[in-house]
Amino acid sequence: MKNNENKGGNEAIASLPSSTESAIELKNITKRFGHVVANSDVNLKVRTGTIHGIVGENGAGKSTLMNILFGLYKPDSGMIFLNGQAVDVNSPEKSIALGIGMVHQHFMLVPTFTVLENAMLGNEGSMLLRSGEEVVLDRLKGLSNNYGLDVDFEAIILDTPVGMQQRVEILKALNRGAKILILDEPTGVLTPQETIGLFDILRSLREQGVTIILITHKLKEIMSITDTVSVMRGGKVVADFSTEKTSPEELAENMVGRKVLLSIKKPTLKVGKPVLEVKNVSHESKDGVLVLKNISFDLKEGEILGIAGVAGNGQSELLDILSGIETLQRGQITVNDKTILPFQDWNSKKAREFGVAHVPEDRHKRGLVLPFHNYENSILGYHRNKNYSSGFLMDKRKILNFVDDLVENFDVRPRSSSISSGKLSGGNQQKLVLAREIESNPNILLVGQPTRGVDIGAIERIYEDLMKLKSKGTAILLVSVELDEIMSLSDRIVVMNQGTIVGETNSSNATELDLGKMMSGLEQV
Amino acid sequence: MSDSNIIPKWLSVGVIPLMNLFLAFCVSGLFIFFIGENPFKAIFVMIKGAFYYPGAIGYTLYYTTNFIFTGLAVALAFHARLFNIGGEGQAYVGGLGVGLVCLIFDQHVVGFLVTILAILGSVIFGAIWGIIPGYLQAKRGSHIVITTIMFNFIAAALMVYLLVNVIIEPGQMSPETRDFASGVGLEQIHILAKYLGLEMAMSPLNLSFIVALFVSVGFWFLVWRTKFGYEVRSLGHSETAAIYAGIKVSSTIIIVMAISGGLAGLVAINELLGVHNKLLLGFTAGYGFTGIAVALMGRNHPFGIFLASLLFGALYQGGTELDFEFSSITREMVLLIQGLIILFSGALAYMLNPLVERIYIKYYGNYNNA
Repeated sequence: MKNNENKGGNEAIASLPSSTESAIELKNITKRFGHVVANSDVNLKVRTGTIHGIVGENGAGKSTLMNILFGLYKPDSGMIFLNGQAVDVNSPEKSIALGIGMVHQHFMLVPTFTVLENAMLGNEGSMLLRSGEEVVLDRLKGLSNNYGLDVDFEAIILDTPVGMQQRVEILKALNRGAKILILDEPTGVLTPQETIGLFDILRSLREQGVTIILITHKLKEIMSITDTVSVMRGGKVVADFSTEKTSPEELAENMVGRKVLLSIKKPTLKVGKPVLEVKNVSHESKDGVLVLKNISFDLKEGEILGIAGVAGNGQSELLDILSGIETLQRGQITVNDKTILPFQDWNSKKAREFGVAHVPEDRHKRGLVLPFHNYENSILGYHRNKNYSSGFLMDKRKILNFVDDLVENFDVRPRSSSISSGKLSGGNQQKLVLAREIESNPNILLVGQPTRGVDIGAIERIYEDLMKLKSKGTAILLVSVELDEIMSLSDRIVVMNQGTIVGETNSSNATELDLGKMMSGLEQV
Repeated sequence: MSDSNIIPKWLSVGVIPLMNLFLAFCVSGLFIFFIGENPFKAIFVMIKGAFYYPGAIGYTLYYTTNFIFTGLAVALAFHARLFNIGGEGQAYVGGLGVGLVCLIFDQHVVGFLVTILAILGSVIFGAIWGIIPGYLQAKRGSHIVITTIMFNFIAAALMVYLLVNVIIEPGQMSPETRDFASGVGLEQIHILAKYLGLEMAMSPLNLSFIVALFVSVGFWFLVWRTKFGYEVRSLGHSETAAIYAGIKVSSTIIIVMAISGGLAGLVAINELLGVHNKLLLGFTAGYGFTGIAVALMGRNHPFGIFLASLLFGALYQGGTELDFEFSSITREMVLLIQGLIILFSGALAYMLNPLVERIYIKYYGNYNNA
């Protein structure tokens, strides 16, 4: 922290230049971690009062770059200019003082505080909380009206919807004097309607001269809201576009470095008999909240049933029950003609024996034991199988043969049996999990968030693998918060809201807007 | 207790423990210097005391045996992310197993058989003392650290009661049982050497050491080559992933604690069958607690545990010599040095990791954080 520390960031506001100047300019930024070059000679220019998108696959260096801008990392070389002046951003405090605000992917809010208390955090207005609150509340109300950031200042964060939490984050940044706002994957947790609301806010911020950097992997959003866009690949900015002069295909091609099929060829297939029937399943969480209410549906051979919904509306619990992680409390499940009743002996081991494979939503917590080597993870859940063991002992040679084939056939990179899985990229971890589950020859596959945190190249591959499995007649239950994914992969879609199924539709006649309405619980179909 | 993902094995299990040890010796040296002795002379005396004098190596290895057992006990629990502080109590109750078997059978059954039964007794009794806290953790959610600590006290109280009131040899004052019948027990190595015509200095080193080596190999095999070991390690690294994999968490915890307790119980065969030839108060002498440091230092791997045990064995033996040689270095001073080593290689075992990681990344790194 040097002499120009300034908590409110008024300096940055005062020296606001005309809109033709660039708010941010990064020149030849290079950042290495050991031998790995995370950012190599990056140049980036963002004009004041524009929305600039940054797209790129995982590991392309987006986060590193933003962390440099936010003062979390120090670049090895290169310069940062704010409003034309060279600055040394060496800590987040400094960056806030310079008028840079960051809204992280995972919100940094105190859940038990009120909206007001959270929004004023970091700029409390006065030594004494009470008088500070008055000062800040006025300022916040002004900001809130100005930009359409609609929040309830009295509400406790815990009780507020995600969309409002995000608005609180934005308010917090503005309250600290941010004139440059970095948003990291802001729409991941929002319904389509909330996303539209967010974009309205961003537009009104732009009108009033705030510069916005939007990091996202959703090309559609880039196209709809940004003015300019930079594509990063392998630590470099490989292309800059004016948004109106580019297309999603062009962006995707630049991200991956080759042509990408964004559309999926669904195999046309006659669906067979139902293999999974769920009847009136209800579930109470440990805190006594009814998280699933009377869920009923069935799933047929060769069919992909998509479960759409905003995260946290009971989808995870449903997957847990179907995969045997949670005990069935009420209702009935029939798996391949075997019926499971409440509080019967039902666990993951049994689910696998019944032919149910499971790609869990959280590959770090569930799907993989991160410190394990690939060969150990390649049999997780199947380690009792005769193919990999005899008696008490594991047959390491057979396991190694198996994993060698696995990483080869499913393109897990690097093709190593002995690297620890924690070192793989998100996409390759997911490919490994999916490969393992597919190789178990299931006739029901439960898939949760198959492409969360997965880069485009890997997504393409994962979709292909799922389609291949479907054409073999496997029934697939797909849970995802990515509406695009649900719509393009599924044959049928059910929508969940607050633990109930609020609607069902064929994917051919589903529109994003209709589904969005159902997801937000506004409309039942 | 997860290994670092960044630096290679040879650094984390080889270089860093040595650096920790070096630091501990440096600080110990400072203390010795402050009380007016020459630290270099002191370390020389210690090394001579542990390895050079007749019988010294025997004594060192005899202590090593105890540490191998308790170190392995703690390490196995670590692999399931259970912190078994109860090695002391489990070893003590293991002694009860040995004592009861010997006292009941040694008049009627041939000595060799009694010895085998006594070894089994030590394992089973130690296991029981591990199973109870394991069960409480698995089924009732009582924290294993708390319960195992309490079980140490319960074991101590139980043994005092039994040795003072029940199984004490009648007609004498000290709380000990009668001697086990001759023919019962594990032969000391110097006596075996004599059969082979070799002359060895007398020491308490006995066949338990060989048992400890076999158990170490078995430990490696169990943890890294069996389905059970796979499940234990899965559970230790990620309970959620273990549940996902259909591993029964509670029964795995209970079995792990049974084996862990059984391993600690084996201390009794070294002490009672190998040396004292009777059951007596306080024979565990803190070996169970030191086992925690041994496991930490040995990074929960049997080979590392062997080396760490050897170090602590040498410290115990060399420390005695230090006490003997220098009038100003007392028994307490020796304990201080041992404490410093436990502090640096146990409690602060990972202190140097960030530093080493940074240096490693700087010069050889392929650390991907993009």
